[in-house]
Amino acid sequence: MATINLRDKLKKTRQTFKDKFEDFFHSDKDREEIIDELSETMILADVGISSTEKIIDALRQKSKKSDHFPRIKQILEEEIIKILSQYPSDFNLSADHSVVMLVGINGGGKTTSLAKLAYHYSQEGKHVLMVAADTFRAAAQEQLALWGRKLNIPVIKGQYGADPASVIFDALQSFRARQSDLLLIDTAGRIHTNINLMQELEKIRRVIQREIDEAPQEILLILDASTGQNALIQAREFLKFSGLTGVFLTKLDGTAKGGSVISIVEELQLPIKFVGVGEEEKDLLFFSSQEFVRALLS
Amino acid sequence: MLDQLSNHLQKAMKYLRGEGKITEKNMTEALRMIRLALLEADVNYKVVKEFIEKIKRQALNEKVLSSLSPTQHVIKIVKDELTFILGAETKGLNFSNVPPSVFMMVGLQGCGKTTTCGKLAKWVLSLKKSPLLVSFDLKRLAAQDQIKQISQTLSLPFYEMTKDQVSSPQKALKDLVKFAQSRGFDPLIIDTAGRLHVDEELMKELQMVKNLLNPAEVIYVGDSMTGQDAVKSAQLFNDKVGLSSIILTKLDGDARGGAALSIVSVTGKPIKFVGLGEKFDQFEIFYPDRMASRILGLGDILSLVEKAEKEADAEEAEELARKLRKQEFTLEDFKKQLVQMKKMGSLSQILDSLPTGGIYKGLSKAKIDDKKIVYYEAIISSMTPQERENPKIINGGRRRRIARGSGRPVIEVNQLLKQFFDMKKLMKKSQFQKFLSSLPPLSH
Repeated sequence: MATINLRDKLKKTRQTFKDKFEDFFHSDKDREEIIDELSETMILADVGISSTEKIIDALRQKSKKSDHFPRIKQILEEEIIKILSQYPSDFNLSADHSVVMLVGINGGGKTTSLAKLAYHYSQEGKHVLMVAADTFRAAAQEQLALWGRKLNIPVIKGQYGADPASVIFDALQSFRARQSDLLLIDTAGRIHTNINLMQELEKIRRVIQREIDEAPQEILLILDASTGQNALIQAREFLKFSGLTGVFLTKLDGTAKGGSVISIVEELQLPIKFVGVGEEEKDLLFFSSQEFVRALLS
Repeated sequence: MLDQLSNHLQKAMKYLRGEGKITEKNMTEALRMIRLALLEADVNYKVVKEFIEKIKRQALNEKVLSSLSPTQHVIKIVKDELTFILGAETKGLNFSNVPPSVFMMVGLQGCGKTTTCGKLAKWVLSLKKSPLLVSFDLKRLAAQDQIKQISQTLSLPFYEMTKDQVSSPQKALKDLVKFAQSRGFDPLIIDTAGRLHVDEELMKELQMVKNLLNPAEVIYVGDSMTGQDAVKSAQLFNDKVGLSSIILTKLDGDARGGAALSIVSVTGKPIKFVGLGEKFDQFEIFYPDRMASRILGLGDILSLVEKAEKEADAEEAEELARKLRKQEFTLEDFKKQLVQMKKMGSLSQILDSLPTGGIYKGLSKAKIDDKKIVYYEAIISSMTPQERENPKIINGGRRRRIARGSGRPVIEVNQLLKQFFDMKKLMKKSQFQKFLSSLPPLSH
């Protein structure tokens, strides 16, 4: 996994030639003009008005009027990195039998992300078990089953229309019986305004907690990088109902920059843990705030 | 939804309200706030910029500058412009003259394309058509299974596209059209692979499908929660494939949906439907004015109240509402109301902005021809105070006198009286009383 570099994946948006051109282009601009431009870049990257303003305020304080573009941009990068690295983004699988649950709205990429995690940890030698707890969407069961076959990782399936909590309960029994190391739970996508479905997540979490001590170790919000200002609201609601330990940012190989995670980290004190950069099982990266910020501002 | 965005707008509006006139200077400040509000609603930065420029030009013209009520003008301009960009009216689906009509669905991964295929199939079933769902997505795992299960749910046959078939797509698609023609399927709803739009290969594939099938509709499925990037993907699909219309998904969430404005602005294509949930019947026709209100966070009724607030003396309105409730409504009140209505704009327009169903039903019966307001005013002015208090005393002789005094024919006097008595009858109905009590108070 470490062999893939986020910047390689994002070479469309980042070129050193462009950096040089940028420096030259900005050589006769004063600080205010540069700050205006950088604010625009941040807004276009979905950072949002209030986070952008906060960061720009800090930038004003820390830079000097005589500073040129490279210096101002560097201070800005440092500022954002400071925010993003406030909370440790380690993935906690220290327990012998760890349970990981993925939650999020429809179409975020939960199942693909689950397969990526399964692939990565089985490559590391862990015994991984996946459970398809999406018993609602057409072909969700088949989708994960096909991933399982492709990656040679066992999948616990449920019946369409079954209570997902009961599917997970069965999976937990099987997980214990098999003595597997890691249980990865794929839940159905849900819009956070649907209270019934959000309460279903609450119930799922209770079932897991009751069955296995300290579990679930990780609950990740799957967030599409192209999501706008609604991202913070989504994260807040999922945090409230399912609980969250971090964010898995998907589809970062497109043109969207995923800037909306900045306000999530800031306001909800949640780290970003993984980044998805493609459709294949290997297209998974641990989050690096440096690389994320460079891509964000390019 | 009403929260931050409308707070911002209201702040902006108040700023204007304090001023007698719109000047370039205070206009700039107000527009800056509207700009921020739109950005928070995820409208693309560049789209916002253009939008603000347009508003600025319109608001700064002479008529607005000399107006006594700048707030009203700015609200109207902002909302009108938003509605204009979103499309002046609701548009239906295009069908081909020769069946089958092909609807080709395109969009990014996870935008809700496949679910929307099912919704669209259900919709055309209600038009007494017989749709066929086909997935041309061979990349995503279980894409065929998903369409198969959706077809089963809707009791439609399933036409599978196998890997072999798609290895010679020209033939596969021709076979498909022949199949549809011979079995009488129309429309053919084609689901395509979703990928990130940077993918040239996908674009070529979509172009090929389009060239072979000559679709009646190429529908871009867009996620309403998308941020600034909405512009790029919609534009790319429009440039490379060519779109005919748009369906906006996930509007059951609480995103303000600024993406709608971005997508329509860059493609110039109409939004025809919106998706409001995971079930196949959670699908509705798109209404540009409602979307404008959603983005602005102001309901139609709210703006109506605001209108009434400005134009009518609040106390008088309260008094009128009290009388309506107690059914003490007289011709004198009727006249006062006519005068206010003239100020507020056309009555039929006001009635139109209220919902037509439920408790509001029957209100349309009270509809008055706008031109007649002036005549009615003249007729009532020609009555004595006693006649206005107690119209039952108006006999044939009095009618002729009133007609002469107002310069209107007797028949019109009769019409007015009939309408007045009809209105009184309507007011006695519990429905109308309920309607009245459902209105928010007119004064703060």
